Amino acid sequence: MQYAVSILLSGVSLGGQYALIAIGYTMVYGILRLINFAHGDVFMVAGLIMVYLSAALPLPVAAPLMIILTVALGFLIERAAYKPLRSAPRMSVMISAIGVSYLLQNTATYVTGGLPQMYPSLPFLSENITILGTSTKWVTIVTPFLVVALVVVLTQLINHTKVGMAMRAVAKDFETSQLMGIKINSVISVTFIIGSLLAAVGSMLYFTNYSSIVPLSGTLPGLRAFVAAVFGGIGSIPGAVVGAFLIGICESIIKGSPWSIFSDAFTFALLIVILVVKPTGLFGEKATDKV
Amino acid sequence: MKKFLALALSGALALTALAGCGGGSAGTPAPESTTSGGAATGGENTVYIGVFEPATGDSGAGGKQEMLGMQYANSETPTVDIGGTTYNVQLVYADNGSDPAKAPTAAAELVGQGVSLVLGSYGSGVSIAAGPIFGDAGLAAIGVTCTNPQVTAGNDYYFRICFLDPFQGTVLANFATEKFSAQKAYLLGELGNDYDQGLMNYFEQAFTAAGGTVVKDSFPQNTSDFSTYLNKAASEGCDVIFCPVSIAYSTQIVKLAADTGLTIPILGSDTLDSNMVLEAAAGSDVQLYVSTFYQEGGSPEFDEGIKAFINGDSTNLTNNGGNDTIAAVTAMGYDAYYVALEALKAAGSTDPAAVKAALPSVTYTGVSGAIAFDEIGDAIRDTAYIKVADTANGVWALETVQTVSE
Amino acid sequence: MLQQTKSKKGPFLALVLAAALLILTVVLENTLNPNTNIMLFTTLKKGAVYALVAVSMNLLNGFTGLFSLGQAGFMLLGAYTYAIFTIPVADRESVYYIYNGSAVNFSLPDLFGGADTVPGLILGVLIALILAGCVAAAVAWLIGLPVLRLKSDYLAIATLGFGEIIRAIFQWDALGPVTNGANALKNFPTFSSFNITNASGQVVLRLSTFAAFFIAAVCIAIIVLLINSSYGRAFKAIREDEIAAEAMGINLARHKRLSFCISSFFAGVGGAMFAMFANQAQARTFTTAMTYEILLIVVIGGIGSVSGSCIAAFLYVAASEWWLRFLDAETTIGAFKVPFLRNGFRMVVFSIIIMIVVLFFRRGLMGDKELFDLFRPRRKKKEASK
Repeated sequence: MQYAVSILLSGVSLGGQYALIAIGYTMVYGILRLINFAHGDVFMVAGLIMVYLSAALPLPVAAPLMIILTVALGFLIERAAYKPLRSAPRMSVMISAIGVSYLLQNTATYVTGGLPQMYPSLPFLSENITILGTSTKWVTIVTPFLVVALVVVLTQLINHTKVGMAMRAVAKDFETSQLMGIKINSVISVTFIIGSLLAAVGSMLYFTNYSSIVPLSGTLPGLRAFVAAVFGGIGSIPGAVVGAFLIGICESIIKGSPWSIFSDAFTFALLIVILVVKPTGLFGEKATDKV
Repeated sequence: MKKFLALALSGALALTALAGCGGGSAGTPAPESTTSGGAATGGENTVYIGVFEPATGDSGAGGKQEMLGMQYANSETPTVDIGGTTYNVQLVYADNGSDPAKAPTAAAELVGQGVSLVLGSYGSGVSIAAGPIFGDAGLAAIGVTCTNPQVTAGNDYYFRICFLDPFQGTVLANFATEKFSAQKAYLLGELGNDYDQGLMNYFEQAFTAAGGTVVKDSFPQNTSDFSTYLNKAASEGCDVIFCPVSIAYSTQIVKLAADTGLTIPILGSDTLDSNMVLEAAAGSDVQLYVSTFYQEGGSPEFDEGIKAFINGDSTNLTNNGGNDTIAAVTAMGYDAYYVALEALKAAGSTDPAAVKAALPSVTYTGVSGAIAFDEIGDAIRDTAYIKVADTANGVWALETVQTVSE
Repeated sequence: MLQQTKSKKGPFLALVLAAALLILTVVLENTLNPNTNIMLFTTLKKGAVYALVAVSMNLLNGFTGLFSLGQAGFMLLGAYTYAIFTIPVADRESVYYIYNGSAVNFSLPDLFGGADTVPGLILGVLIALILAGCVAAAVAWLIGLPVLRLKSDYLAIATLGFGEIIRAIFQWDALGPVTNGANALKNFPTFSSFNITNASGQVVLRLSTFAAFFIAAVCIAIIVLLINSSYGRAFKAIREDEIAAEAMGINLARHKRLSFCISSFFAGVGGAMFAMFANQAQARTFTTAMTYEILLIVVIGGIGSVSGSCIAAFLYVAASEWWLRFLDAETTIGAFKVPFLRNGFRMVVFSIIIMIVVLFFRRGLMGDKELFDLFRPRRKKKEASK
């Protein structure tokens, strides 16, 4: 029983953190039709920024500053690496994303000297709590609620504001919305800003839980979050969240089983099955050109 | 325009080949990288020792600590008398990136620089990959802390000064049964990492032979969520956890165990003997035991010197993880350097072939104990130190000295 | 841009160039000091391996327009197949020391008299290489059944996933007696085995670089012949417009599968060659990062250019592993300590170079032209201006 609870708890908290990354993937894909491979690395860099900032500044200053810097990074990446390729084939943009990911990882290796960095412990979030006999951190409990709250805010933003409407229009039809006078570039920038913001918050939750950061820390969470986004139906924010929680819980269950070495393999197998059987995912729009 | 660029670049390789022709006749090496602390650059009598260590990647942290030992030894004894002449010793570095795919080029880099012999590496996979390159070039290599049997097996040119995985696995399994009367052990390693899996295998063999049972788990590369694994160990009712994983993973595992108040003792291999792991355990009730090559206090003179060396330079301090706790690999790197000097002295020449011929009979008593090689090229060692983390004071304390008679 | 009128000189020139290159490698390797120039030969060998893999990826990504990221997975299959079938029986006990010997108790070179003899080495390695390709191709066929129905980035992410799955399977303990679990496979014939030695073990004729170049050259030649055949034209038609290609009577599913299998075949051979280069085969080497490396080579060389991929492979390997290595070492010129130079800086500079190529030289070195096309466009332009 206690074991089952611990698996469920770790699954839910993983799911929550994946969800925050997955939203970034799904929004960017919805608008640009681009798998932003660098997104997982932005998440890792956010963690590193926090490590370095908190060494110099008090936490209440460091945390917001970290979020601002991460948002700036996301914005910068879009402007420098994706915007010049707007008219290029989709493959070029994706390669550019891979290049950015490579650059971020190598820069992180250079800056950290390849040494694992310990994430600072945050007040309250890092403290322990015992639930049904299982000891865990507060962040595990906070994560799902925070995710749901953020998603509600985000859906309100998308459904009821002007920027949100523009985003939906751009996602539906790139060219036409341009003709309608929507400033495509600023809409895309807003998308990246929101995505990076969530990645920054996600990194705070994730690394509070798992404390150590290496340059490759972002790769796996990034890929899993992408699978979650596909699973939930790419372009759909609630879908990404549901997908992320399902993936997180599945991963935990498999890790707890004798088949733990296939936990990653399972995630990808699930992805392939979903793509082949129901390419629109759980909540995806119907008309797509995926198959 | 672009076609000129294409042609120019494609011609670049050919040009380098031609440049190589010119350089080929010149024979004498000219290493570009010179970092050895304080070595006077006067005189032509310089002998080059290759340092084949990871500075990046999974094992980067350990590799850097090992290099610290060599650099300290080099600053302490920057010259060596070979055949009556005094030579300056210069360390030549090549980063193998902890990656067996990059190891061959890093090894080739050292061969190309004309080193007399090679020290390294931390991590066995890279050493196995580089072995044939050194062998083909007739260059002897002294493994410092690569504990996999495959490093020296079937390779005449690879030697090593540390103990082997079968020994270490057995030592820890015996320790688990003796100290904790453990009946059930939880083994956790990285999937596809030969170091982790090899040690787990030997631990299992010795532990089950003593009547225990094991639960084995492997996590995929770059995993960061270990809570499920630790909970599994608890729910299975295991008496000890054995996790011979690299520093990056072990800090996470130990930190998690510390945070969640895990009461099961954790046993680790030589990789866990790092102050980063110690820091992760600091201030908690976690019981952490590691087997290792050297215990601080074993040679007060060395301890004092290396601490001054580490504290004297901010880069060294960072490379050692921010404080001056001495890692066993640093002591091993220090000893390896002196073994190399002994080999050079015995060879009476800087010629790699002569050094290789002299190396098997070299004996040296270093800070980590007496070093001599058997016929395979492995160090003859029968002692491992088991240390326990004193979490209140943030230091390692000697638990016991374990020997295995084979 | 289909080139309808192919000059007859092209293939002939290519053949001459390839033969000249091969002779040059033999001459260079036997005249230069093998120790001081080892970086050159290591780079050349690795470059040859990467050239083959890059060309095989280009066949899929550049010529057929299927964006696949499974290359490392297929290389892994090839490397393991090659290693499992060529490790001498006598060495199996020590290589599979954790599993007390291998489940596969024969070795191809041994069947022909051992890896020390000429027929044993050549036949054994040759058959093992072909087998390596076949295994990769067979797995590709299986994977292709579901995956090839997907398009562009979905295909990419699905093949990426397959690479990861294959890696997990090969690292699985239960398959240890075959795959050696987490441990590396070693002691199989490598490129150095092709050096001819005399009775006392002295090397008389160095052929290791030649061996790498020869295998790569033959494979690339086959791919070029395929690209210039009717199949190749069908592939290009699919790349340009799937619907139009289908309307022209090209069986989409069949041709995509064919391209995928052939590309995987050569990726498998490339993987086997990589094992020969690295002197070992270990699953953890064949990561997604490796696929990205190869993809970047293809992009730098120009998507849709075979010669571009080859040139880029050598440049990439030489730059990342050799020329830029000085950036990793702290250097002092006189009393001046050059800033930034320390471990890891090499890869930062390198990735910036790659980003510059990706952003500003989007067509890569060669675009979709071949080396021989470079000597012709001027005449064409004149004709056009008339």
